[in-house]
Amino acid sequence: MRYAMVIDTLKCVGCSDCVVACQIENNVPNGYCRDWISETVNGTYPSLDIELRSERCNHCENAPCVRCCPTGASHIVENGTVLVTHDECIGCAACIESCPYDARFQHPEGYVDKCTFCYHRTQEGKLPACVSVCPTSCLYFGDLDNSQSEVAHLLSTRKYKTLAPEAGTKPQVYYLI
Amino acid sequence: MNEELFVSGRALPNIDPTLHVWHWPISIDLFFGGLAAGLLLFASVFYLFGKEKEMPAAVKIAPIVAPIGITVALLCLFYDLTHKAYFWRLYLTFRFESPMSFGSWVLLFITPLSFLWVFSYWRELFPKFVVNWKWLVYIENLAIKYRKVMAILLIPLAISLGAYTGILLSAFNARPLWNSAILGPLFLTSGLTTASAVVLFFTRDQIERKLFSKILLGFIAVQLFMLIHMLMGYYSSSEAQLMAAELLIGGEFSFMFFGVVLIIGLAIPALIEIAELMGYHTPVSIPVLLVLIGGIVFRFVMVDAGQMSQFMY
Repeated sequence: MRYAMVIDTLKCVGCSDCVVACQIENNVPNGYCRDWISETVNGTYPSLDIELRSERCNHCENAPCVRCCPTGASHIVENGTVLVTHDECIGCAACIESCPYDARFQHPEGYVDKCTFCYHRTQEGKLPACVSVCPTSCLYFGDLDNSQSEVAHLLSTRKYKTLAPEAGTKPQVYYLI
Repeated sequence: MNEELFVSGRALPNIDPTLHVWHWPISIDLFFGGLAAGLLLFASVFYLFGKEKEMPAAVKIAPIVAPIGITVALLCLFYDLTHKAYFWRLYLTFRFESPMSFGSWVLLFITPLSFLWVFSYWRELFPKFVVNWKWLVYIENLAIKYRKVMAILLIPLAISLGAYTGILLSAFNARPLWNSAILGPLFLTSGLTTASAVVLFFTRDQIERKLFSKILLGFIAVQLFMLIHMLMGYYSSSEAQLMAAELLIGGEFSFMFFGVVLIIGLAIPALIEIAELMGYHTPVSIPVLLVLIGGIVFRFVMVDAGQMSQFMY
């Protein structure tokens, strides 16, 4: 099993519902966020190209945060989700330095925190909070190892990209373009 | 035009707009770690070559700075942790791929050895400040008896500690300025440069003074070569590293890098030491101070500029 998220940048309107849903579901402290919306503008006026992306931890297959963690607090579970065990984390911030996506942050309580793909929900067979609330249904979540899954189907039929593939992290959040 | 904005209002503390989760304690830690590594390496190498009497500053006196430096480095590391109560987790595991895990184990062994090394010469250096408690004398005698074993152990440990200060940074692929394999040997060399300067400061022996002038010059030359090599590496690499190099060349760190690290911290002390070897005497504290300033600024520049370098997507 390998959980992945597929995000349709052509459907995203940047409403930030995913951000708010995550903050409420995961009790993210005020001023922090586990996911966010990026707007990239390319080109020269008037031919501008705008891309909206809902971004979060990429749950990389070759996760540098897991490799550099000195205590093993950052780890990958059997379904591919990258998690942090809070009472094993010493707050050294090496994982924050190692993440090319700047997807981790120091929780006010000291440990490092980030998106978990709503692990507590996926364990119960539910979708991550961000996916379940998206008003344009631009977020998809599922098992990439299952060729019948929606995410596998989308990646086999649509053009997609990942963020900073040159970093060699094999990210598991895919953007349909 | 290529512009990227966070439209959901992301402003994570110490991360946005530019990453800065490692602050001054990390730079101080890297400086003192490298300095202590260099001092312990000189002490153990000269001891094993039987130069204990000819090189008193390198073997006996200057190493006093090593345990002090390591203690400062450890305190800085601890201070920078944000989940301090769990620091002991470092010592429940060894993670081969994590430089920080490797470094914390090296520090666990080198710290007591550095204290024992200094302790083994304490009575000789400071006879008026000796406490003759039975258990303390027992430890002292053991340290004196096993000095050779300590020296043999200190060589790989000191090299590991010195190189670790650079490898810690170079292991982060996400920060293009750090992602250079030269950083390990470069930081080790920089540690040896600063350590040579400290030995120079303590020596009162003319032969040792002359030898360490040459050693300092040698390490400055190697460090300059490595720094140039590092820049050449960026310029022959990806766009991310080209942009990272711009922070040092023409960017906001260029004065500190070229002015303070290269000129004040390396070139001027090298010229002073060349003049010294030619017979023109300068107070030793001047090149020593310049080298130490250059060493510490080098760590600050690399830690701060490295965190500002990133991949663009």
